[in-house]
Amino acid sequence: MSRSDVLVDADWAEAHIGDPHVVIVEVDEDTSAYDKGHIPGAVKVDWKKDLQDPVRRDFVDKTGFEALLSERGISNDDTVLLYGGNNNWFAAYAYWYFRLYGHDKVLLLDGGRKKWELDSRELSTDVPQRPRTSYTATEQDASLRALRDEVLDAIGKRNLVDVRSPDEFTGRLLAPAHLPQEQAQRAGHIPTARNVPWSKAANEDGTFRSDDELRQLYQGDAGLDFGKDTIAYCRIGERSAHTWFVLHELLGLPNVKNYDGSWTEYGSLVGVPIELGEAR
Amino acid sequence: MTADGCGAPAGGVSAPATVGSQAVVEGKVVHQGAVVSTGYARLLGTGDEFVAEVPLGADGGFRFFAAPGSWTLRVLAPGGLRAERSVQADNGQVTTVDVTI
Repeated sequence: MSRSDVLVDADWAEAHIGDPHVVIVEVDEDTSAYDKGHIPGAVKVDWKKDLQDPVRRDFVDKTGFEALLSERGISNDDTVLLYGGNNNWFAAYAYWYFRLYGHDKVLLLDGGRKKWELDSRELSTDVPQRPRTSYTATEQDASLRALRDEVLDAIGKRNLVDVRSPDEFTGRLLAPAHLPQEQAQRAGHIPTARNVPWSKAANEDGTFRSDDELRQLYQGDAGLDFGKDTIAYCRIGERSAHTWFVLHELLGLPNVKNYDGSWTEYGSLVGVPIELGEAR
Repeated sequence: MTADGCGAPAGGVSAPATVGSQAVVEGKVVHQGAVVSTGYARLLGTGDEFVAEVPLGADGGFRFFAAPGSWTLRVLAPGGLRAERSVQADNGQVTTVDVTI
């Protein structure tokens, strides 16, 4: 696995608009961006409505994923190119999700929607009509997903990478600064975690930094032991999917999991250890 | 948009009825007399540390719920347009920063 196997630039995307074997998918939590204009031919996936279970806190199961992709006209043989807003947070989450359910021909657009917009590339409001398919997913790949008991057991043993902002990590804020701060969970971070905000892995235009810069960031600056297994977390698991993509897909580390329960789960658990302030 | 989401809706989330104890930074972006509805506002801490980013709203607006303190606001828009402003955020106050680029 190398960068060119998983990440493509906007020129590649532009050249594959209309390619019958490539399905471009915009993934966002706030899908009004798609409605305002999207890459021509792109279909929409709503991170909340389409990828999350409507009742339980979990993402849609195998059957739900199959139904979603079939309805959007995506087949098992298609190459899926994902992009989105928020510097590709939700697109990276969807990428992780496609991998979990065994879809290997999946790519991320470097820079996502932001770079596309800043480059003044074409946006369309036409919604494509793709014929229905009969998509078959595999069972979830448990090697990519961490659940809470595994996270607790990893304290002091594995690399724990907290990718939230420094103010969230230290406990000064409970959410990113563009959201209201009304949540009631405890603040802080999982003991022994290192704070490497997701944003450090991205350039200002949303593209990923070079492999050398990324290795320096995690191994050199943050002191991660690349010989150990790693769990990444944030608040609800999408920023950490961005970091999972960097560590597992771009840098090729073998055992990296995303903890999608993240701080909204961990910070509400009774009796678990929490650290405040800077990393120790 | 939900309270437990991490997304960045255009222009930030809707203004609360009262700011309460929050430190709100908001404003609009204008270029040559017209609002800039395609672009991004980023909030940066000391040493250019990234804090948050929102896409500009249809009215060129943005809004952040920051911690109190000194921040740098950076605006990016197509055509290589960019601007920076220093901003002081205080609890219980809405700080308005309108940006002409």
